[in-house]
Amino acid sequence: MRNPQLNKHGELQHLLTLDGLPRAIINQILDTAAPFTEVAEREVKKLPLLRGKSVFNLFFENSTRTRTTFEIAAKRLSADVINLNVATSSTKKGETLLDTVDNLCAMHADMFVVRHESSGAPHLIAQHLENTGRDHIHVVNAGDGRHAHPTQGLLDMYTIRHYKKEFHNLTVAIVGDVLHSRVARSQIAALTTLGVPEVRVIGPRTLLPTDVEKMGVRYCATMEEGLKGVDVVMMLRLQNERMNGALLPSPQEFFKVWGLTADKLALAKPDAIVMHPGPMNRGVEIDSAVADGGQAVILPQVTFGIAVRMAVMSMLGGSH
Amino acid sequence: MHLPEAEQLIATLAEAMRPKVTADTCLVGIHTGGVWLAERLHALLGLSQPLGSIDVSFYRDDYAAKGLHPQPQGSKIPFDVEDAHIVIVDDVLYTGRTTRAALNELFDYGRPARVDLAVLIDRGGRELPIGPSFCALTLPAPLPAGQNLQLERDATGALTMRLIHA
Repeated sequence: MRNPQLNKHGELQHLLTLDGLPRAIINQILDTAAPFTEVAEREVKKLPLLRGKSVFNLFFENSTRTRTTFEIAAKRLSADVINLNVATSSTKKGETLLDTVDNLCAMHADMFVVRHESSGAPHLIAQHLENTGRDHIHVVNAGDGRHAHPTQGLLDMYTIRHYKKEFHNLTVAIVGDVLHSRVARSQIAALTTLGVPEVRVIGPRTLLPTDVEKMGVRYCATMEEGLKGVDVVMMLRLQNERMNGALLPSPQEFFKVWGLTADKLALAKPDAIVMHPGPMNRGVEIDSAVADGGQAVILPQVTFGIAVRMAVMSMLGGSH
Repeated sequence: MHLPEAEQLIATLAEAMRPKVTADTCLVGIHTGGVWLAERLHALLGLSQPLGSIDVSFYRDDYAAKGLHPQPQGSKIPFDVEDAHIVIVDDVLYTGRTTRAALNELFDYGRPARVDLAVLIDRGGRELPIGPSFCALTLPAPLPAGQNLQLERDATGALTMRLIHA
């Protein structure tokens, strides 16, 4: 079966997940993103690649950072950007997802950036476009349920490559609520595809998927074991809004055991970097001293995110 | 077809430019051959401004038809474009579309006082109203579309011009 993200020439047609995306395509996205980072330093912060194209930000779930960085990325590529706050629009009146998409296609959409609380929604839209012969329209997954958040995973890889240059000699720890995290799934897929020899996940067993080892990672039961000698620490946000039932005693208790403090970070390599996809819960998964400290690269992640999203959109816009 | 030595052409080009440049003239090479050429001209002419480079991948007019170049190098303009005298440097001038893209990109950095174009070889076949300010060799007849001229650099840094039959 053909990879639904690639067209018949093997070019990126949609970006839905990093799971199964060829290493060459991931590297191409990272290589393409590099020259986009300098656009922000120009007098005119715009490139003409998506001039005349319409990008629809279709957010069925709230987001500030991701929606904003997608919007900036599309505007830097000269696209027209239309933001739809779907939570307050026609879906509330009963319109189906695909009817919404068809209506936006009738308004000559060229690209959809989709965030949805249900895993698989962007894939459904991509399949619908293909089934109806509209393969000139591209879909970018901006986060679906617990499934994937591919542009976050890619910007994390860009950040790691920026600071560590290579992947093949790294030990990376992912800490916290992996169970509810689409970010973690995309990170694990990308890290393993790019050849990181050791990916550890650290967190309470209740917040890790069963059989997490089958994802190609090593489970560590304590911060002490998991952080020892790592090059990269990737913190996850505690996703209170996705939790039902008593998976945790309390945020304070979580911080005491799993929160990243300067003491625990001292177990990692002295030049280890600390990442967080945001928004941070200070005092829950990360201590302010670490979040604002010299090893944190959390704000560069946000800046790199614009360049990575520009790379994805310009590759999609040029595929045919 | 007999091609003159690239090194000879570079010397000719530098001498043509010498009376028209000052120490503050800025050179911008177009990737990849134009950058090598600009490095040589920069040294021969003793220019003081740092060398710029442009990769026109993001400004090409065939993006919609051909997609994005797989390995864009990015552009580096390490001087202030505003009111500068700039010479765009490329190895071969053909349709003029690359020069058009480079001009568009340059103007996104500011408004230069003057822009010139220096090329080693004008192969003919223009599709836009663009001409070189400095040119070491104009081919007597346009090169057929199936053929390509390309500057190459060996391990010692020596430049040669090669004719490629597609």
